[in-house]
Amino acid sequence: MSSQETMSIFSPQLAARFDALVLKYPLKRSALVPMLLYAQDEIGYISDAVIDEVAHRVGITPLDVRGVATYYSMLRFKPAGRYNIQVCTNISCMLRGGYDIFDHFQHKLGIGHKGVTADAVFSLEEVECIGACCWAPAIQVNYDFHDELTNEKVDQILDDYRTRAAKGAN
Amino acid sequence: MPRLVSHPDEVKIVTRRFGQGAANIDRYVELGGYESARKCLANGPDYIINEMKASGLRGRGGAGFPTGMKWSFVPKVSAKPKYVLVNGDESEPGTCKDHLIFLHDPHSVIEGTIIAGLAIGAKTGFIYLRGEYRYLIEIMEKAVADAYLKGFLGNAIFGSDQEFQVIVQSGAGAYEVGEESALMESLEGKRGVPRIKPPFPAVVGLYGGPTVINNAETIATVPHIFAMGGAAYAAVGSERNGGTRLFGISGHVERPGVYELPMGYNLKKMIYEVAGGVRGGRELKAVVPGGSSTPVLLPNEIDIGMDFDQVGKAGSMLGSGGVVVIDDQTCIVEFAMRTISFYQHESCGWCIPCREGTDWLKKSLTRFHAGFGTMKDIDNIQYLAENMMGRTFCPLGDAAAMPTLGFVKKFRKEFEAHLDGKPCPFAKHVDLAVV
Ligand SMILES: Cc1cc2nc3c(=O)[nH]c(=O)nc-3n(C[C@H](O)[C@H](O)[C@H](O)COP(=O)(O)O)c2cc1C
Ligand code: SF4
Ligand code: FES
Repeated sequence: MSSQETMSIFSPQLAARFDALVLKYPLKRSALVPMLLYAQDEIGYISDAVIDEVAHRVGITPLDVRGVATYYSMLRFKPAGRYNIQVCTNISCMLRGGYDIFDHFQHKLGIGHKGVTADAVFSLEEVECIGACCWAPAIQVNYDFHDELTNEKVDQILDDYRTRAAKGAN
Repeated sequence: MPRLVSHPDEVKIVTRRFGQGAANIDRYVELGGYESARKCLANGPDYIINEMKASGLRGRGGAGFPTGMKWSFVPKVSAKPKYVLVNGDESEPGTCKDHLIFLHDPHSVIEGTIIAGLAIGAKTGFIYLRGEYRYLIEIMEKAVADAYLKGFLGNAIFGSDQEFQVIVQSGAGAYEVGEESALMESLEGKRGVPRIKPPFPAVVGLYGGPTVINNAETIATVPHIFAMGGAAYAAVGSERNGGTRLFGISGHVERPGVYELPMGYNLKKMIYEVAGGVRGGRELKAVVPGGSSTPVLLPNEIDIGMDFDQVGKAGSMLGSGGVVVIDDQTCIVEFAMRTISFYQHESCGWCIPCREGTDWLKKSLTRFHAGFGTMKDIDNIQYLAENMMGRTFCPLGDAAAMPTLGFVKKFRKEFEAHLDGKPCPFAKHVDLAVV
């Protein structure tokens, strides 16, 4: 494993997390799905290098990893913006203006579904139900929920994240 | 932060500790937490299963299977380790109740998992949350770590000679992973494609061992059953439907939210009194009573008790308890289109009737809504949906077909109003993006 450590593309913290994770289960492979998500959180997307390293750590082939990774909708294979905006347009949100919210984001950011702004600060995605139906319309920015949205709230949210980006924060 | 609501008709059992800081383990204990687990540890599996059967608790994940009975199917002796699996994939549109449980009362999920483990003789429990619930996963992980520190989890729980470990697992985005056998596949590091049944999970489940899988709300209810007694819990609900349920009321109501009401509570009252009626004083057009998979009910069909049997008798299902209220300004064709678009996106693709059927239905409904449908399309949509029913490996195929059939049968006139290039009679036209 030591040669693996030296060539790891993951931070020491993430590498340590994976080392602990694979030992938790009756079967190493059980770590695969969460591992891919945590790797994406750090690297930004599931790159070929991520696939190779995860495959090595779990002890399966890169092709096997790719086969699993492509199943899950949160995993992406190219970079998103620093803040990935996921707008739910499923039924409960749709009834309370989810599509208007999605339109407003498209208009304000000048990008569409799966688009990334030129400065790479934002990306936009229309997503299925995110489990916030009673507080619709709802979105997630990375993992943060924002609910009971209006266009005014959307403007405020974009301003807040722009300020955070300018400060170099996550 | 999701807004908490309340109404005088609520019977707060599962939501009893919401908003009281019970994510903190000391606070949880102060509020009576982990007493039920101790009681179950002292009294053993037979006591647990009998009490669960007496409670009349039926699974809150959608199908309403009696929980005590499910636990009793697990073989007493097994060569392979047994497991408890908590389903927190919560992805059925209209459903957000488990969200609140993880947020406000994570220890109730852990305590319920321990009790399920004691009942079936499992030493390990997994709590699987959808990946989108990262902040809730972190709350659950903290709660589990605290329970280990207190000795409520580990090699000698509550100072006994019994072992119980809990692992919190993150998904990565997939509705189909909520199906029990697909969830096991995901937990084994694979694509979320379901397994052929039988064998059922109670016999061959996770890692091939006997497994009990329950919804997070089902599990969070368990400690309360032992606190109040199975019979007392059953008495709160209606016939053959014990206790309360977390109903998530969303859509066009004045006060959307998650309300804990007795099983059998009247649906009409739920909409007009508990949730404050249709938003802006508009007319009610339709109600989807139990999450997007359940067939739509008309305004004259909602004077019914909300339990598994009564909603079933009314031609729909109680499902996940997500009540979606639709007002008279809504285009049902558009609503049907958005619903089927979801299932098309989420189909795992294993069976042809589901994979092709959802795709075809989505295309037909999209074309239809855009005004390019023909009379024959209406019959075709119905024919397609009917032919998906019961012909797939897992219930997702039915879950897509059933609501579609409901919309076409009950709103045929509205479908006909979209014929021959006529624009949608409702002002707003939505273009379905490729999700
Ligand atoms: C497509 C599909 C998705 C499902 N999603 C969920 C889910 O997100 N959460 C859940 O608890 N049950 C879900 N179920 C039901 C589970 O398969 C299973 O019946 C349930 O977790 C059993 O728990 P219960 O007996 O406590 O209801 C789903 C079923 C299907 C067919
Ligand atoms: S019914 Fe659909 S989701 Fe279920 S196994 Fe078949 S293709 Fe997959
Ligand atoms: S429908 Fe949007 S969060 Fe559930």
